[in-house]
Amino acid sequence: MSEIVIRTLQVSLSAVLLASAFGIPLGTFLGMREFPAKRLVLTVLYTGMGLPPVVVGLLVYLLLSRRGPLGWLHLLFTPTAMVMAEMLLAIPLVAGVTMTAVSAVDRAIREAALMDGASWRQVGFILIREAQFGVIVSIVAGFGRAISEVGAVLMVGGDIEGYTRVMTTAIVLETRKGNFELAITLGVLLLGLSFVVNLTLQLLQPGIHSTT
Amino acid sequence: MKRPRSSLVAASFAILVLGVAWIAFFVSAKNPPRRLVLATTTSVADSGLLGVLLPPFERERHLRVDVLAVGTGQALAIARRGDADALLVHAPGLEQEFVRSGYGVLRTCVAYNTFAVVGPTTDPAGIGTGIGTAPDVTSAFTRIARSHTLFVSRGDGSGTEVKEWEIWKKAGLNPKGEEWYLVSGAGMGPTLMMASEKQAYTLTDLSTYLALEPRLHLALLYPRENRADPLLLNQYAAIAVNPKKFPHVNFEDARALIAYLLSPAVQQKILSYGLDRFTRPLYTPLQGRCIR
Repeated sequence: MSEIVIRTLQVSLSAVLLASAFGIPLGTFLGMREFPAKRLVLTVLYTGMGLPPVVVGLLVYLLLSRRGPLGWLHLLFTPTAMVMAEMLLAIPLVAGVTMTAVSAVDRAIREAALMDGASWRQVGFILIREAQFGVIVSIVAGFGRAISEVGAVLMVGGDIEGYTRVMTTAIVLETRKGNFELAITLGVLLLGLSFVVNLTLQLLQPGIHSTT
Repeated sequence: MKRPRSSLVAASFAILVLGVAWIAFFVSAKNPPRRLVLATTTSVADSGLLGVLLPPFERERHLRVDVLAVGTGQALAIARRGDADALLVHAPGLEQEFVRSGYGVLRTCVAYNTFAVVGPTTDPAGIGTGIGTAPDVTSAFTRIARSHTLFVSRGDGSGTEVKEWEIWKKAGLNPKGEEWYLVSGAGMGPTLMMASEKQAYTLTDLSTYLALEPRLHLALLYPRENRADPLLLNQYAAIAVNPKKFPHVNFEDARALIAYLLSPAVQQKILSYGLDRFTRPLYTPLQGRCIR
């Protein structure tokens, strides 16, 4: 059981880390810059926030299958495949929430920084810092999506005992076998885990008390 | 302005490096030298048989067997894309076709048990109770259809569904679309649960039913104790994925696994499996001799 918990954390934290690495810069860019076709990009992003996990699962599956374009990586039915699927699901969420937070920052701050001769990259960092509460929320949202994922990780991970079985897929399996007691225990544990990780993320944020 | 910005950069950079290191660590740490991907049915995995048979094999050959517990149809589909090394499945017709089209080799029958018809203890269709018990499974199915009692079908392309359709066809019936015919689209466990909740009939493999029996409000109605019906034969075969088709498959270990499953000690283990919990053996070993 502890092994499943550790793996769940490894997979979902890795996924949210990678998703943040892509999603936060993307969201910041979208939140501070104007460009043609931005409306279209935003529509795609909002669609992505509601991406059906099984569609992502199918996509990653076909991509990683031996007959797929990335088959040579030998990644289907591995934890890495699960990280990939969860990351793809979390990126739009992280980017979307970050964008909202960044675009809500007072325009005067951006203007002043640009006036001071700051580059767009520097402005981006300033805006992220100003919008740090929203950015943390975006990471939390991405983590929530990653750790609660079932369909996609079941498809690309295969729910292999001791290798790709995580808490959500274990709950599915135990319910399938009629072991409701164990399924409930895992469910409560999953909730607790999510709570602890979110709490840690919140506490890592020093300015939280003043910003709320 | 400058100081906090650079510290932010440093912090995010550190997190990124740590994260990549973490990912690299667990990807490498969890990858033993060799793995064998075995796609199999939910019944063998859920009954716990593989949990008993595989660990000694893994220790002996210093590898890890990754078990994908899916329906037979899905297991064959996974192997057709080259994503599995070996199969343990139970749909003879589909298996032969799989081997004929060059995807599989060394098809070997490992063990068998029986399919069974289960349903409400009141048995409204009258297939297993009273004087007029159904003489064979086709007439049992006919009675269910005539009485319009609910029947739950797997509908997931599994070996059990293949068998179910074989019986309907033999009985000259096509229940598809009938009001009393429900399709669960799920594995054997959930289908049994659904049948129990809805007080419906269903076709099941004996091992999954016996494992779930205490939680179900269903009775084993056909075949009756000590009687066998050749049509209900549930035969499990192991197949290695053809290395000529997919050069990357782990054929050596797949072949070794098949030989291991047929070894006298393992065949004895299969026969005695479940005797501590159930009154009858769950599987009868076949020593490689397919019944058909």
